[in-house]
Amino acid sequence: MTPSAPPARRFPIAALVLIAAALAADGAVSLWMARTSHHWLPVQASAAAPYVDDLFALETGIGSFIFLGCFAVMLWTLLFNRAPKYDMEDGDPIEGNLKLEITWTIIPLVIVMLIAIHAIRVSNTLATIGPKERVLGGEQALQVAEGATATGAAPAAADYGPIEVIARQWSWEFVYPDGTRSGELHLPVDRRVRFKLISMDVLHGFYVPAFRLKQDLIPGSVIDYSLVPTREGRYRLRDSMFSGGYFSTNQTDVVVESAGTFERWLADAARAPLQESPNAALQLWQARLAKGDKGWATVPPAPPPLVNVIHDPTAPHEG
Amino acid sequence: MATSVPFDPRVLKAPHPVPGAPDNWKRFFSFNTDAKVIGIQYMAVALLFLLVGGLLAMIMRGELITPPADLVDPTVYNGLYTMHGTVMLFLFLFPILNGFNNLLIPPMIGAPDMAFPRLNALAFWLFPLFGIILMASFFVPGGPSGSGWWAYPPVSTQNPLGHFINGQFLWILAVALSGVSSILGAINFITTILRMRAPGMGYFRLPIFCWTALAAQTIQLIGLPVLTGGAVMLLFDLSFGTSFFRPEGGGDPMLYQHFFWFYSHPAVYVMVLPVFGIFSELFPVYARKPLFGYKVVAIASFGITFLSLIVWVHHMFYSGTPQWMRNLFMVTTMLIAVPTGIKVFAWLGTLWRGRIRLSTPMLFCLGGLFNFIFAGITGIMLATVPVDIHVGNTYFVVGHFHYVIFCTITFGVFAGIYHWFPKFTGRMYYEGLGKLHFVLTFIGSTLNFLPMHWAGLMGMPRRVASYDPEFALANVLASLGAFLLGVATIPFILNIVSSWARGPKAGPNPWSAIGLEWLLPSPPPAENFEDDVPTVISGPYGYGLGQPLVEHQERYVARAKEA
Ligand SMILES: [Cu+2]
Repeated sequence: MTPSAPPARRFPIAALVLIAAALAADGAVSLWMARTSHHWLPVQASAAAPYVDDLFALETGIGSFIFLGCFAVMLWTLLFNRAPKYDMEDGDPIEGNLKLEITWTIIPLVIVMLIAIHAIRVSNTLATIGPKERVLGGEQALQVAEGATATGAAPAAADYGPIEVIARQWSWEFVYPDGTRSGELHLPVDRRVRFKLISMDVLHGFYVPAFRLKQDLIPGSVIDYSLVPTREGRYRLRDSMFSGGYFSTNQTDVVVESAGTFERWLADAARAPLQESPNAALQLWQARLAKGDKGWATVPPAPPPLVNVIHDPTAPHEG
Repeated sequence: MATSVPFDPRVLKAPHPVPGAPDNWKRFFSFNTDAKVIGIQYMAVALLFLLVGGLLAMIMRGELITPPADLVDPTVYNGLYTMHGTVMLFLFLFPILNGFNNLLIPPMIGAPDMAFPRLNALAFWLFPLFGIILMASFFVPGGPSGSGWWAYPPVSTQNPLGHFINGQFLWILAVALSGVSSILGAINFITTILRMRAPGMGYFRLPIFCWTALAAQTIQLIGLPVLTGGAVMLLFDLSFGTSFFRPEGGGDPMLYQHFFWFYSHPAVYVMVLPVFGIFSELFPVYARKPLFGYKVVAIASFGITFLSLIVWVHHMFYSGTPQWMRNLFMVTTMLIAVPTGIKVFAWLGTLWRGRIRLSTPMLFCLGGLFNFIFAGITGIMLATVPVDIHVGNTYFVVGHFHYVIFCTITFGVFAGIYHWFPKFTGRMYYEGLGKLHFVLTFIGSTLNFLPMHWAGLMGMPRRVASYDPEFALANVLASLGAFLLGVATIPFILNIVSSWARGPKAGPNPWSAIGLEWLLPSPPPAENFEDDVPTVISGPYGYGLGQPLVEHQERYVARAKEA
């Protein structure tokens, strides 16, 4: 030890100013990070999205503050507490500091609990914007699923729907209340839409990044699901729960339209003849068979659903 | 005995290799009951599997460097990512940490060996057995399991070819055997720490590595039976037509998820706790200061153990989980930040006003700590239900857990290997190669895993063999990082192999570290202190305090030097 600085005695104003300046700088950078965090996310296209993004921004801000604070301490020690070469002395034999230890137990506890309380509030708000319910019961629910693929159910009053979302290995099919079927999902903007999420084989995930929403489809259950699209446009709908062989091809688009456009689309669609939607999994599977079926085991793709409106894989999407 | 080098008779008796001593390398290939031999066996085989898992990862990153699935068939990709995860967890991390347990626990507590040496050897030899079973699954018709390391039914029970012996079958068998091996190990480690400590070594004089080993192995004993139960039911569904998880027969696929995560969430803590132990051992040595708040750090380990057992549903927020359950498990998950925070701040407190030496082990510790703070923050984000609903099952998660499993745990493993290398081989490693290894690993892992967070935020699902072009940039960066990590293993292997063969001789305590293991010769004799076990008279991290660790310390120091 250099004998010149007995540190515990004097806690000079210079040190306080330095710490205050560092905290201020840390706060400023963290605020900037929180604001910037919105740019790391896709466009906001559902009523849930702003809530999710704000929560994420809040956590980015707090997280940045803590991360930078810790990093600053590490950097300080690396710059000013390095042992010179061949110096075999020991450092200050500080074994601990009870007050400090209590402080850094309580402060994180308070921070995470405040985040948790806030997140529960947001989570409950989201649950009222788009409630969901799992209809349980193996065989019964399967029968519901079988029935649902045949005919649509009656729509509720103010909401639109229910639209049946049917996932297979590896395709998406959407059945509207009037019985119209499509390979891409069309939704009216600014209106709550209800869904029945049905899987015909394995677990799938209904995931629209622009909506910030994701819900697994569970074979043997029907999940009542709802959401409110708030921005017109074409967005990706991806299978988010691994579903075997050609999982990554299992994506389609959600098209959010004004009420009028949506009504016209639905009316046109109802008159269109049923046809096979393009299916990337099937194309890959057939290519594989043509090349002598090399590769590892997979179940073959389910036959592509017959729909009134197919999914156009070349149409550009926004998020 | 052709060599004229005089060896201490105890060292010659040692069933572990002493460089230059005749013939004792053969003991590594035998059913040896010496914990130090078993420890090195674990580590060597685990590092071999690190290369296998890394190779699989590099093929995956080769596939993902471009958006379409063009390098390998998507089904092959599924097998690769499944096996990458399985190999890295069950054949690299668990075994290598058991290697540390075997090498470190007996010398650290002054015990001659493990409590049950034969059980110990049995637990080890199961490891190559299930390793071979898992590797064999590459060669059965249909290829290895391709349902991910979660093996969620119904995908995992689809059995497309209908053979009885298939990749998934062998996978379940290997995982179940790994569970058996881990339970045997856990019984051994816990008993050893509880019953075989040196005189005077009360619980609050126990090195933190032993505390964390105790905390981690407790999780193994509680959690593994649940996983094994789930695996057995899955095997029955797959092979014997039962329907525990199959909706057609009245089963529920969600049930499996509860079984699986009840163990597999805490499993992360089984891996990270010993690394917290390594950090807690190494920071005091290389900062030349006592561990800040030793007792609180020790107790926090069990806080983590307890909390880790009640958070598993955070992996199922977007499944069929009701709202109340989501909220409850969000709170418990966030609480883990408190005991982990205590540890992080304690390490920072240990660095503060220290006299820091940037040797290779210290660099890996500092890098690991830096990465872990980042991983902790993204962990809180993932615990937040509304955020998880968006980023769950995307590359954000992949980025997060690689920051934990590679950038923290594996960094800690490297730190531990370099730090205790001289102790158990009697040779010094080359500092230059070690630093090169660190720099390449740090740059490679940042490049590999940081952009994944961004891809996930933008909505790229995990486990995909192909993806939309908007994710291309993040994936190119990640792939370059992965290849750099491949390169980074070259200086590592070179260093370990050449140092062990002809590195400069290491003294008993090259780092001037405090600890019973450093009072032994390098490498320690077969029975460590044999009948002359020292009496511990002070805490484990007395840097700068000027107190001896044990009674008659000079005698032990002198004897270790003579050896
Ligand atoms: Cu978890």
